[in-house]
Amino acid sequence: MANEPPPPNLDDIERRLKQARPEPVRDGADAADRPRAMGMAFRVSVELVSAPAVGVGLGWLIDYWLGTGPWAMVVMFFLGAAAGMLNVYRAVEGLGFGRWSKDQGPKDRTKEED
Amino acid sequence: MAEKAIDPLHQFEIVRLIPAKIGNLDVSFTNASLWMVIAIAAVTVFLVGGMRRQALIPGRWQSMAELSYEFIAGMIQDNVGSSGKKFFPFIFTLFMFILFGNMMGMVPYSFTFTSHIVVTFAMAFVVFIGVTIVGFVYHGAHFLSFFVPKGVPKVMLLLMVPIEVLSYLTRPVSLSIRLFANMMAGHTMLKVFAAFTVMLGIFGVAPLAINVALTGFEFLVAFLQAYVFTVLTCIYLNDAIHLH
Repeated sequence: MANEPPPPNLDDIERRLKQARPEPVRDGADAADRPRAMGMAFRVSVELVSAPAVGVGLGWLIDYWLGTGPWAMVVMFFLGAAAGMLNVYRAVEGLGFGRWSKDQGPKDRTKEED
Repeated sequence: MAEKAIDPLHQFEIVRLIPAKIGNLDVSFTNASLWMVIAIAAVTVFLVGGMRRQALIPGRWQSMAELSYEFIAGMIQDNVGSSGKKFFPFIFTLFMFILFGNMMGMVPYSFTFTSHIVVTFAMAFVVFIGVTIVGFVYHGAHFLSFFVPKGVPKVMLLLMVPIEVLSYLTRPVSLSIRLFANMMAGHTMLKVFAAFTVMLGIFGVAPLAINVALTGFEFLVAFLQAYVFTVLTCIYLNDAIHLH
């Protein structure tokens, strides 16, 4: 008991922990990732539906203010539908299914600055 | 009796506990307000109580408090990067508030304030306005280039810019609908199956079994929706801070 090693330095432990900890692997098919995937499913479905709704609502308001008949609503519906698909595409792109996701995923964005 | 049993929406009713009015504005203290206050009190007790001892080797309670801190800190680091650190208090508050609101809604006879679109939309709108302000503060008028996608022919911009603007305006709507719809649908479903259990007598065992499974599922959804709301806030924040 006499030659007990001195209490380890906390910074040293921190550094060694960082070294020992493996980089998180993102396979996507993991069981631990399932809640994440389900959250994604909810996200995508609502994203797709809400954009046309917002478009129609805004279009209706424009019609109401300008008295332009149904036209703003019709145009805004299609723009909203396009925006909905764009939203879904963007949401899915971050998951690694997108065209550019290989070199431009959400992970890379974090390293971008500071 | 039977009529009472088949009213799954009764649980969402707002009751004025302390009626109050300022001019024409109804500022009554309702059951929703009560449960929000309870949620805030519970979060405060959870965190302050957990960090009271600040042991180097945390006990269970402190461990849970630290876990929730680490979870959000990691989420911000992953989705926004180090520049998102100064938004930690806001995002952490948001997450804990929604999480506790969802979780306490699972307690029988409680009230789930996140199942009301007024509540979720108010939160989503605060996030939306906040993120927009952050974008303008960080980039000034240059933030408007967010609505101009890169590498698109000039003619197409006429079409693309309105689509981008619409897509941006959709954010608070999708954010609030997702949380509210999930909470409301789940709780309605629980009540419907509970009503079946009462109505079917001895055969009520089958809907009861479903209800047990649904309750577990609802806990998952309660956490998941708090997580999704927060992670999307982070993603929106990231968009505003790091323009593409």
